[in-house]
Amino acid sequence: MVQGKLAWRVGRLAEVRDETPTARTLVLDVPGWPGHLAGQHVDVRLTAEDGYSTTRTYSIAAPADGERVEITVQRVPGGEVSPFLTEVFAPGDPVELRGPVGGWFVWRPASRDPVLLVAGGAGIVPLMAMVRARRQAGSRTPFKLLYSVRTPEDVYYAGELRRPEAGLDVTFVYSRKGPADWPGEPHRIGVADVNNAGWPAEFAPQCFVCGPTGFVEAVANILVALGHAPRRVKTERFGPSGS
Amino acid sequence: MGIVTPGFQGRARSADDKLPPGQYLVEDFPVLSAGPAPRVRLENWRFTVTTETGQKHEWTWADLKTLPSETPTVDIHCVTRWSKFGTSWRGVSLDTLLADVDTAADYVMAESHGGYTTNLPLEDLLDGQAWIAYEFEGEDLPAEHGGPARLLVPHLYFWKSAKWVKGLRLMLDDDLGFWEAAGYHSYGDPWREQRYQGD
Ligand SMILES: Cc1cc2nc3c(=O)[nH]c(=O)nc-3n(C[C@H](O)[C@H](O)[C@H](O)COP(=O)(O)OP(=O)(O)OC[C@H]3O[C@@H](n4cnc5c(N)ncnc54)[C@H](O)[C@@H]3O)c2cc1C
Repeated sequence: MVQGKLAWRVGRLAEVRDETPTARTLVLDVPGWPGHLAGQHVDVRLTAEDGYSTTRTYSIAAPADGERVEITVQRVPGGEVSPFLTEVFAPGDPVELRGPVGGWFVWRPASRDPVLLVAGGAGIVPLMAMVRARRQAGSRTPFKLLYSVRTPEDVYYAGELRRPEAGLDVTFVYSRKGPADWPGEPHRIGVADVNNAGWPAEFAPQCFVCGPTGFVEAVANILVALGHAPRRVKTERFGPSGS
Repeated sequence: MGIVTPGFQGRARSADDKLPPGQYLVEDFPVLSAGPAPRVRLENWRFTVTTETGQKHEWTWADLKTLPSETPTVDIHCVTRWSKFGTSWRGVSLDTLLADVDTAADYVMAESHGGYTTNLPLEDLLDGQAWIAYEFEGEDLPAEHGGPARLLVPHLYFWKSAKWVKGLRLMLDDDLGFWEAAGYHSYGDPWREQRYQGD
């Protein structure tokens, strides 16, 4: 899928959008960018004056659009890279990128199977690329999105996700504090949430689960217990820890 | 050196010569796989080595457990950039399992329950470099980490250490496994930072 050597390219920050008080979308212009599929990620390399450099992986938040690459970064307190990207990195500044990477956790607009997306926190990023790819392609494939966040203030792409869209059902689950009009108590996603917000296993949906490791393990096991074939459950883990 | 991003300083540098380039150290044991963990029942478990001529060598769980085991303590390095030092395992050396296998093959495709595959040179599995591991830190290997048994090849990036392994297919020519076909490096040496094809 990825042909030959994955080259480092220089991108420039074109635009920023704050999604929450701690997450920022970065829109980069990357000359020579070869395009990508919804769900893929990119490696971002930062180099300091003294030559020290370090690399992190970020999911791409939007479908291919010429030389534009959009990522959304959650600030990890005390982190080496994410505080820099969300607080210091400014429009016009250069950064190195390579990709796209990953050919498994992808949704292709030609696919007709119903889709279930399950996001935990920043795990919404590659799933949002799939929602946007569906819209961009004018696809009628039915999508359901189950999105677990701590509080309503932690929802990324809130305006876009709260706007009704034909064929896209969005369900929020709040783990810390729900909005005033939300029925139910704050809780972690469980079997009832996945059962109510998802598709019956007989519909053989494609399931994409993304978020922190512990979240992904829990949801993937629930889907298998509900009868979904393990091969139809694709997972992507963001965090090294089970937090 | 790459181009400088203004204002980026990075964290204080530590020169740890046990850490391959681009890796950071973790204390826990993260999980990485493409889907949920398959649950494999021990009474149905088999480990099969298939040679290039189609000859099969097969071990049941009971067979495996009667073979002499080793307890390697090794550092592991995941392509998603975490490394973990001093992990301890119990398992059977591939030298033991392959001792009576007659082959002219240079390559191996490791095959797992759930359909995962990964390709390796045969020589990387020999000479005390690789095991079929069934215990981690003194306990049965949990399913999330590839139990009941996984391949353990610690000198390569950890995706080569196929979880839920069920067999090895010996091949005269190299072929690409699951992640390798998706653009990851065919060999995967962490010290040469061979993450993606062409690295
Ligand atoms: C395939 C993939 C896709 C990803 N996509 C995104 C994305 O779209 N948006 C996004 O914000 N992040 C994403 N990440 C996580 C990202 O790569 C970085 O790990 C994250 O930004 C933290 O980097 P840092 O330098 O700020 O923290 P570090 O300095 O690396 O770490 C600081 C502390 O946080 C811990 N830590 C490191 N990484 C994480 C993590 N991911 N989660 C929790 N704790 C961590 C460390 O152990 C350390 O204690 C993705 C990761 C992967 C593997």
